[in-house]
Amino acid sequence: MAVLVVADNDNAHLRDSTNKTVTAALAVSSDVDVLVMGQGAKAVADAAAKIEGVRKVLLAESADLGHAVAEAQAATVVGLMGGYDAVLVPATAGGKNFAPRVAAKLDVAIISDVLAIVSADTFTRPIYAGNALETVQSSDAKKVLTVRATAFKAAGEGGSASVESASAGADAAKTKFVSEEMVKSDRPELTAAKIVVSGGRAMGSAEEFHKVIEPLADKLGAAVGASRAAVDAGYAPNDYQVGQTGKVVAPELYIAIGISGAIQHLAGMKDSKVIVAINKDADAPIFQVADYGLVADYKNAVPELMDALTAIGK
Amino acid sequence: MKLLVPVKRVIDSNVKARVKPDQTGVDLANVKMAMNPFCEIAVEEAVRLKEKGVATEVVLVSIGPQQAQETIRTGLAMGGDRGILIVSDTDPEPLAVAKLLKAVVDEEKPDLVLMGKQAIDGDNNAVGQMLSALLDWPQATFASKVEISGGKAAVIREVDGGLQTVEVQLPAVITADLRLNEPRYASLPNIMKAKKKEIAMKTVADYGVDVAPRLKVLKVAEPAKRSAGVKLETAADLVGKLKNEAGVI
Ligand SMILES: Cc1cc2nc3c(=O)[nH]c(=O)nc-3n(C[C@H](O)[C@H](O)[C@H](O)COP(=O)(O)OP(=O)(O)OC[C@H]3O[C@@H](n4cnc5c(N)ncnc54)[C@H](O)[C@@H]3O)c2cc1C
Ligand SMILES: Nc1ncnc2c1ncn2[C@@H]1O[C@H](COP(=O)(O)O)[C@@H](O)[C@H]1O
Repeated sequence: MAVLVVADNDNAHLRDSTNKTVTAALAVSSDVDVLVMGQGAKAVADAAAKIEGVRKVLLAESADLGHAVAEAQAATVVGLMGGYDAVLVPATAGGKNFAPRVAAKLDVAIISDVLAIVSADTFTRPIYAGNALETVQSSDAKKVLTVRATAFKAAGEGGSASVESASAGADAAKTKFVSEEMVKSDRPELTAAKIVVSGGRAMGSAEEFHKVIEPLADKLGAAVGASRAAVDAGYAPNDYQVGQTGKVVAPELYIAIGISGAIQHLAGMKDSKVIVAINKDADAPIFQVADYGLVADYKNAVPELMDALTAIGK
Repeated sequence: MKLLVPVKRVIDSNVKARVKPDQTGVDLANVKMAMNPFCEIAVEEAVRLKEKGVATEVVLVSIGPQQAQETIRTGLAMGGDRGILIVSDTDPEPLAVAKLLKAVVDEEKPDLVLMGKQAIDGDNNAVGQMLSALLDWPQATFASKVEISGGKAAVIREVDGGLQTVEVQLPAVITADLRLNEPRYASLPNIMKAKKKEIAMKTVADYGVDVAPRLKVLKVAEPAKRSAGVKLETAADLVGKLKNEAGVI
C-alpha cells in the first residue's frame, strides 16, 4: 500500500515539515511518494526528490495551485488517490485548509494533527488544547491525515527519486486569489527554529516588541513568536501566534517573555525541550512548565540577558 | 440575504480538560460549558452583517445534546433570529457534522454559511472545509476580515506567512479566525427577548444522513506532564544554566 505526502512549499522552497511528514509516512508504508503543488515549483520537486525514503515525486502546477487555492489543491489530491491508501499533509494553516476537503470528497474521516503513527490505521492526536491525547483507529479504506511536524524527526537527504508531472485539479471557478501580504523576515521559520523567543501582552506596544524581543532573537539566531494577546493588540503579525489555534512549536529552547501561560498558549509550546520564562508575577502559570524562570521585570531582565550573552561571546 | 451559523457547545475555554481515569475520554461532568469561541465570532460577524443591512436573517444551528439549546439561546441573545437544534447524544465526527449541515443548507438555502474555524474540544479545524466540499461551494477559511458586495465576499485570510485576500462567489462557506471581531456580550433585554425566539427541535434521524463514526477511539490519555523547574536569581545564572546544564545555547 502506497502513501502520498503533500509537500509544504511556497513555489520556491521546500519546507522542513515535508521531511518530517515523510518520516510519519514511512511509519505507515515503505512506498512513499511526495506531491508538490504549486507553480514554477520545479526546484521544490527537485528538493523533494532528495528526501531519503521517497519513491517518486509528483509535480502538479497551475496558477491556482501556485496561490494555494484549496479547491484546486483538493481536486489535485483527490485525482491521485486512486493509487494511494493514505495521504499525509503537514498540519500547517495551508495543509488544514485543503486536507479536510480531500477527506470529504473521498467520504472518509479527517484525522487532524497526528502526533504518532501507532500502526497503518491507528493514530494519536491531541484534543482539548493538547490536554488529552486521543488514539483512534480508522475503518476507512483511505486515510487522510494532517501531521504535526514537530512530533517527527526530519527524514534526511540523500535520496534520488524521479520527478514526474501530475495533472493539476481544475482551477476553482468560484474562488479568486486577489493578493497576499507576507511577513518578510530573515529569521528562521518559527515552526522549524531551534530557538524561539516569544513576547506577550506585557510588551505594551509594537515598538517595544521590536525593541525587546527582536534583538534578543537575533542574538540567539532565533525565530520570533508571540502570544495571542500580543498579536491581537497588533504588537506582532498574526503568523507569529503560538498556541492551540496558532502555530505549534517544539524548539530546543523556548523563551517566553511577559507571557502568562494560558492553556491555549501552552498548547503551542509545551513540547519544547527547554522552556525559559521571564515574568514579573511569580505565580504566572508559565512557571509551572518552565525549566528555568526569572521572576523579573523584562525591562531589566532582557538587557541583562543580552549582556550575559555578550559575555559568553554570543 | 440569509446567513446560517453553525454553533457548537463545548467546554468553556478557561477550563482545563481532565482525562477520565479509565482513559475512555475527557470528564465533562459538572464542567462549565459555553459556545465555542470561534462560533461566537461567527455569530458576531453575522449579526453585524444584519445590522449593516447586508443580511436579512441569521439562522443558528447546533448539533449536540438537549443543553445545546442554551448555546443557541446565547447566539439568539447576541442577535440571531431563530435556531435549529439537531439533538444527538454522541459528538459526531466532522464528516458527519458536515453532512448534517449540508442537509440543513439544502433545506434553508442560505446565501452564506459563517462558522468557526475550529471547535476547541476536538480541535479538528475541518467542518467548514468539509461542508464547502460537500456543497461544492467556495470556501474562505481563517477569515480576519469579510466584506460582502455584489454577490461576492472579499475575505482576508490568516495564512502561514501572513495574510491572503481571496474573493469568493456566494453562496460560500467562511470560517472565522480570532481576529475577525470581538464578540459582544448580550444585554439583559436581549437575553429576555431571545427566550421568545423559535428553536426548531430536530433529531439526527430527521435528516437521513450517515453519521456512523469512522474512527474508533481506543484510548484517551493524559500527555506527559512537565514539572516546574527552578527559579533563578539573575540573567547571568540563566545564561550559565542554558549553556552548561541544558546545552541549548
Ligand atoms: C479560542 C481561543 C483561542 C486562543 N488561542 C490562543 C493561541 O493560539 N495562542 C495564545 O497565546 N493564546 C491564545 N488564546 C488566548 C489565551 O487564552 C490568553 O489570553 C493569551 O495567551 C494571553 O496572552 P499573554 O500571556 O501575552 O497576556 P496576559 O495573560 O495578559 O499575560 C501577560 C503577562 O505578562 C506579565 N508581565 C506584565 N508586565 C511585565 C513586565 N514588565 N515584565 C515581565 N512580565 C510582565 C504578567 O505578569 C502576565 O503574566 C486563545 C483564547 C481563546 C479563547
Ligand atoms: N456539533 C456541531 N454543531 C454545530 N456546529 C458545529 C459542530 N461541530 C462543529 N461545528 C462547526 O464547525 C466549526 C469547526 O469545527 P471543527 O471542524 O470540529 O473544529 C465550529 O466552529 C462550528 O461552527
